[in-house]
Amino acid sequence: MIKGFTLILLFYFLGEGVSYLINGIIPGSVCGMILLFLSLMLHIVKSKDVQSVAASLTKNMALFFVPAGVGLMASFDLIAKNWIAILTVSVTTTILILMVVGWIEEFMEQKKPKL
Amino acid sequence: MSTLLHSTPFILLLITGSYWFGIYIYTRSKIALLHPIIISIATIIGVLHFFGIEYETFEKGSYMINFMLGPSVVALGYTLYEQINYLRGKVISILTSVIVGSFIGIVSVILICKSMEIEHAVIASLQPKSVTTPIAISLATRSGGIPALTAIVVVACGIFGGIVGPLIFKICRIKSKVAQGLALGAAAHGLGTARAIELGAVEGAISGLAIGLMGIMTSLLIPLVERLFHP
Repeated sequence: MIKGFTLILLFYFLGEGVSYLINGIIPGSVCGMILLFLSLMLHIVKSKDVQSVAASLTKNMALFFVPAGVGLMASFDLIAKNWIAILTVSVTTTILILMVVGWIEEFMEQKKPKL
Repeated sequence: MSTLLHSTPFILLLITGSYWFGIYIYTRSKIALLHPIIISIATIIGVLHFFGIEYETFEKGSYMINFMLGPSVVALGYTLYEQINYLRGKVISILTSVIVGSFIGIVSVILICKSMEIEHAVIASLQPKSVTTPIAISLATRSGGIPALTAIVVVACGIFGGIVGPLIFKICRIKSKVAQGLALGAAAHGLGTARAIELGAVEGAISGLAIGLMGIMTSLLIPLVERLFHP
């Protein structure tokens, strides 16, 4: 448990380091995620060391973004002013991604000679 | 009394309590729109208003939980590692679909917003809207967006994508299990995966993989696309 959490924090910190080096183009947490993924693939980190902590973090992930969501009360005016655009974008792009990703995968599967 | 209500233990209790309440309502009602996140955010805002607690106080008290977003994003690296085997034999098609999907997602947000003359903060908040929420929040923060708007929109799009997905597959004749799972994970992250699992085991597994890939692709593409639109 402590070992797993220390490893997660270590990769978070390393990720922040990489993010700093590339001028913050990619957030530190995302860099940390990629580094952890690569380290697991290259067997630098044993998967059983992070397994239980990673599972409990991702299982309860929704709780962690509740505070961010409550920030809604501080930016309510901005959202009220732009609600039409927000709704349009949300509906259109969600449908667009469903179609594009589904189509490309379906198309490429049919194209591929069956082995 | 007022000091008690402004204390960190009360704020933390309010968050976990509201979230627990949200899960309770959601599992009882089984209504997609009554997602635990939406219920808990509404409950917390209501309680804060009722007791006259300012947002700044809440923000300070909730820091500990908000911080956990970072470690949970890092932990997604483990989830991706667990699911990477599903890529086998389909590397090229899956990566192509996700890269194009991610690119079109970002560009379509920017184009629609620009045509409606929407301010940058809103665009920055919406750009990562198809990525799993904690990644989306950190991407939005980096681009100068409003994390709250991102959180709400991402959850709402996830619910919407999960509901509308099977309908889109029928209209567009998308029949492959891999294509359906991939599309649901790419467009509607965790909530899409929940729906994909209902469609079948293959759909569910691929959908989980799509979440991680979409997160990484979008993180890499947003800085590039931003440079394209703001040279």
